[in-house]
Amino acid sequence: MDLTFLSFGSLGWGDEMLKGGLMTFAVAFCAYILAIIVGLVFAFLKLSKFMPLRFIGNFYTVVFRGVPELLIIYLVFFGGELLLSKIANGVFGYDGYVSLPLFVTGVFCIALGAGAFCTEVIRGAILAVPKGQHEAADALSLSKWSKAFDVVLPQALRIALPGLANVWQITLKETALISVIGLVEVMRSAKIASGATHQPFTFYLFAAVIFLLITSISNRGFKKVETWSQKGVRS
Amino acid sequence: MDLTTMQDSILPLLSALPNTLMLTFVSVFIGFCLAIPFALGRLSKNKLIAQACYAYVYFFRSTPLLVQIFLIYYGSGQFVKALEAVGLWHFFREPWFCAILALSLNTAAYVCEIIRGGILSIPKGQWEAGQVLGLSRFDLFVQVIFPQAFRQALPAYGNEVIIMVKASSLASTITILEVTGVAEKLIAETFQPLEIFIVAGSIYLSLNFVLSQLFHLLEKRLNRYLPHGATRTN
Repeated sequence: MDLTFLSFGSLGWGDEMLKGGLMTFAVAFCAYILAIIVGLVFAFLKLSKFMPLRFIGNFYTVVFRGVPELLIIYLVFFGGELLLSKIANGVFGYDGYVSLPLFVTGVFCIALGAGAFCTEVIRGAILAVPKGQHEAADALSLSKWSKAFDVVLPQALRIALPGLANVWQITLKETALISVIGLVEVMRSAKIASGATHQPFTFYLFAAVIFLLITSISNRGFKKVETWSQKGVRS
Repeated sequence: MDLTTMQDSILPLLSALPNTLMLTFVSVFIGFCLAIPFALGRLSKNKLIAQACYAYVYFFRSTPLLVQIFLIYYGSGQFVKALEAVGLWHFFREPWFCAILALSLNTAAYVCEIIRGGILSIPKGQWEAGQVLGLSRFDLFVQVIFPQAFRQALPAYGNEVIIMVKASSLASTITILEVTGVAEKLIAETFQPLEIFIVAGSIYLSLNFVLSQLFHLLEKRLNRYLPHGATRTN
């Protein structure tokens, strides 16, 4: 293994790899935020009293948890642009091919899959909030909105935190798959670098180390947040 | 929606199903066999063994499977001379070998933790009872501890097998034409991503449904001595 290839500047690929690492983190982070929003919405759909809404929620989680992420990426990557082009042609009369920035497509692909996991985590957490809390909120005659956002969700979030930390790890690792659509994140950087230097093992190992670093650092962060979130709980 | 595209894609996608099944089940089997020694290693009193096993689990659970596949398939190209010298290059040249190796090592790390959790959940009294009966350490583990630990770990293990079905799709990135690989090829040919997705997705969903039902049955069978409706608690 020749480590000079990993140096910075015009001779080495170290800076390109780190830039790729940053891109991986950016995609994972945006997808994670989006996935939590998706998860919140679909968790409420799944818990709805209205059957069709429940059906939509269940359909989403069953399909997107049961199908490989790579297949979802192909659907969004190819399908998203076709759909947009069709809308542009039909509604706005624009007769060209519309394409999205790779970053946006990438975030969508990852968030769609991760959102299904988030839905399950958040739904479980909402159900785990003791019934007495609901009753207490009703007894105080809080509005539905206030009950959800001031009483149930803050407590559900605390319960959901370990599960959400898990989803973050999954999201981060799935981000590696985005390289198949050509976004230059760490896997793509490693591929380009190993093509130029014929050192594939060195560069993929470096990519693995970058993932290891991100996961271990964020693990610590989540532990801290978890401890912080438990401070109001009697042990 | 184009129904003829969907109809035309059923046969090619189904004919790729054996490849998906092969990848999944061979890796699940090898992974399981590897996971037991690793789980025991993690629980070993020897610190060095325990730490080494933990390092293995940590690496394989903290990096994406895609990195692991590429590290083995493309990465081995960096050591052609050395691998040729020991006669292993013949294997590492094959995408099938690399895919199964990566999938097996990956699932072994996850299953190791599942089994470890199962073993830890067995009450101490079971170990003591075995020792009182004068069972050897081997018999104690094989006949008393492991069957109970496995039953405990079964729900999580069923999940892991389903995750492996989905993970086998990554083999398409190193030229193996399993269901996802064929789906990608068909999408590129027909420009009908939604139709192909529906067919390929249904294949995966049905496969995962069958598997989850099988695990459900197995769970019921293994817990048959429990009173109806009871769940295992310690």
